Amino acid sequence: MAADILLAVMWLGLSAYVLFGGADFGAGVWDLLAGGAERGRPGRSLIEHSIGPVWETNHVWLIFVLVLMWTGFPEVFAAVASTLYIPLTLAALGIIARGAAFAFRKVSVELWQQRLFGATFAFSSLATPFFLGTVAGALASGRVPPGIAEGDLVTSWLNPTALITGALAVGTAAYLAAVYLTRDAERTGEHDLARSFRSRALITGVAVGVLSAAGLLILHADAHPLFTELTSGRGLPLLVLSIAAGVASLVLLWWRAYLLVRVTAALAVVGLLWGWGLGQYPHLLPDRNVDQAASTNAVLTTTLGALAVGAALLLPSLWWLYATFQRQHHPNP
Amino acid sequence: MIVGVLATATDANLGAARMQMALSLGWHIVLACLGVGMPAITLLTEWRGHRTGDVHYRLLARRWGRAMGVLFAVGAVSGTILSFEMGLLWPGLMGTYGQVIGLPFSLEGIAFFIEAIFLGIYLYAWDRLPPVPHLLSGLPIVVAGVASAFFVVTANAWMQQPTGFDTANGKVVSVDPWAAMFNPATPPQTVHMVLAAFMVAGFGMASVYAVAMLRGRRDRYHRLGFLVPFAVAAAITPVQIAVGDWAAHFVADRQPVKLAAMEGVFETERAVPLHLGGVAIDGELRYAVPVPNGLSLLAHWDPQAEITGLNGTPPADRPPVNAVHWAFQIMVGLGFALLALAAWAALGWWRRRALPRSAWFLRAASVSGVAAVLALEAGWTVTEVGRQPWIVYGELRTADAVNPAPGLVWGFVLVSVVYVVLTVASVYVLRRLARDVPVPVAPQEADVTGYKVV
Repeated sequence: MAADILLAVMWLGLSAYVLFGGADFGAGVWDLLAGGAERGRPGRSLIEHSIGPVWETNHVWLIFVLVLMWTGFPEVFAAVASTLYIPLTLAALGIIARGAAFAFRKVSVELWQQRLFGATFAFSSLATPFFLGTVAGALASGRVPPGIAEGDLVTSWLNPTALITGALAVGTAAYLAAVYLTRDAERTGEHDLARSFRSRALITGVAVGVLSAAGLLILHADAHPLFTELTSGRGLPLLVLSIAAGVASLVLLWWRAYLLVRVTAALAVVGLLWGWGLGQYPHLLPDRNVDQAASTNAVLTTTLGALAVGAALLLPSLWWLYATFQRQHHPNP
Repeated sequence: MIVGVLATATDANLGAARMQMALSLGWHIVLACLGVGMPAITLLTEWRGHRTGDVHYRLLARRWGRAMGVLFAVGAVSGTILSFEMGLLWPGLMGTYGQVIGLPFSLEGIAFFIEAIFLGIYLYAWDRLPPVPHLLSGLPIVVAGVASAFFVVTANAWMQQPTGFDTANGKVVSVDPWAAMFNPATPPQTVHMVLAAFMVAGFGMASVYAVAMLRGRRDRYHRLGFLVPFAVAAAITPVQIAVGDWAAHFVADRQPVKLAAMEGVFETERAVPLHLGGVAIDGELRYAVPVPNGLSLLAHWDPQAEITGLNGTPPADRPPVNAVHWAFQIMVGLGFALLALAAWAALGWWRRRALPRSAWFLRAASVSGVAAVLALEAGWTVTEVGRQPWIVYGELRTADAVNPAPGLVWGFVLVSVVYVVLTVASVYVLRRLARDVPVPVAPQEADVTGYKVV
């Protein structure tokens, strides 16, 4: 029971990471595609302005997920980290490059510096979610066996499922970012930017829908148990929710309901994430169910208690942070 | 033969994994110290500026805030890779004991959240919040920063003094997470580390201004930029020496093998001298300057006390002596040098209410930051290399915890390259940060409000 709760809390953390941290990576992807130094300046400045105050906080969700994984399911953490050390090392280096280069670009004054750090920031924003996505795909297709480095170091994450989840992770990040940035641009009165992010959101929304459909086909061939659960088992309601929310988001974007579309876009992503989770539950790894892999009860209950106390501090603080920077744009940036 | 091949692969992995961990931890810890100490010093300065209205304090706080934004970002990401590496490099540790040290890491996660949230508010809302709420928004950064350092070091302390769990057949069967977190090594290690963080930040920040003063910038702005962080670090230094003594006594009582390596003691004897310098060759320490009865006296407050030598431990269970011995000497030597510098400044202040006039004082102060960092790194070398060959002292060997996957060495090569680039870029950006907007000789209100924090 405590193990299930901890797993759910971990999945909540993962959802928050995808919704917030993912969007920060997505913003980096749009930074990459913003165009030349002059033409891309307004877009880049909006991106910098939007993610600047919050990206570090959003990033902590990843650490939160990792820590809960080794606290609650140490054996799973060891198996995942040792077998998937290649994509995880690349993701970690991507995280370093993204965060450092973003901070460096912010304080740089010369164009060549901004270009160099900006390119590093933008490219690593594309690469990092891809590698993290392949890790999810490796887990979803059951290619990480229990034990230390027992899985194939290469094919565990270079396979159809992992590649499509990698692409899906990048697409989702870009989609969420476009949706969020549309509203940010509208709020700051930059209507040209809002229009262009709206069309980007529409295009990536369709692209992510197509990728998800392709993903289902690949699951059918490559990870059949998960496919079955998603299309006819426990995961089905969430898959339906995801599809419905995804379609609604396109309609809302078309209607320019930029605030509401944030909710539906998030629901579409969360539906996919929890559909995967429920579809795979209770198997964390092949031959390892939640109860088999869970830590001792004392660890689970103590950690949950600590997190409950922590949440009482954290939630109001998070609210203050987002409220501060989502309020009306101040005139003197 | 297959066993032989596997053993060599694991040996290479072990070397690479230890180097990679040392590199990324040794790098991050400098940023972590700045992350703990710098917000406190900046807040102190901002508060003085608010109370007195003095533009110098206020400009200093803003400029430090801008640097803090860069340093915190680099610290956050260089800390993240560590949580990856716990599993990438040491799955044998985490797979078995991850749950025992999970609680402090979960708490650290919360503390890190608080730190990141309030740093975002503190830096980005600098001009949106009135002065007092802005000052208050900085306090959680300081508290959470100290708390993060505390929680992380409790996990390390547990590796030195593993308590709070039972194992059966190599599996952990019961855990008392609080007992693991508050293990016997927690009090001395955490206090020693938090104080070290303030010393690194204080001396580090002060040395920047000492260099500027040596170059002739002795205006009020630079004097204050030196004085505030230096005063913080100098006040902590004597306390740190006392805490270091406490930590050493702890090691003497609880990790006698580590103490023997720190001091290069091979034979178990009474009335053991303190060894200054020296090299361990073929099972004895040569060329050392002995201080009669010194070690017995310092380690156990008794000049006749018995010190356990390394020869009582099988060679396979001993840490490398020279690295630990020299790291300890370097840490203690630099600690006392910093104490002397603090005393010099205190003497000048007591006699003339001013810093010592000698250029040698500024020269010494300008390297105090580097000295504090070296002492920090040396201290961690003592702690970590002195724990070898164990990753969990007496429970799990480092060699049994490492990831046996082939190719780990290349990961280390890649990480090293990235860290070289990161170091060069960080230093370059910070130097440009100081120079791109020069400090006017007599700053005016417009220089303060016109300086962009983010």
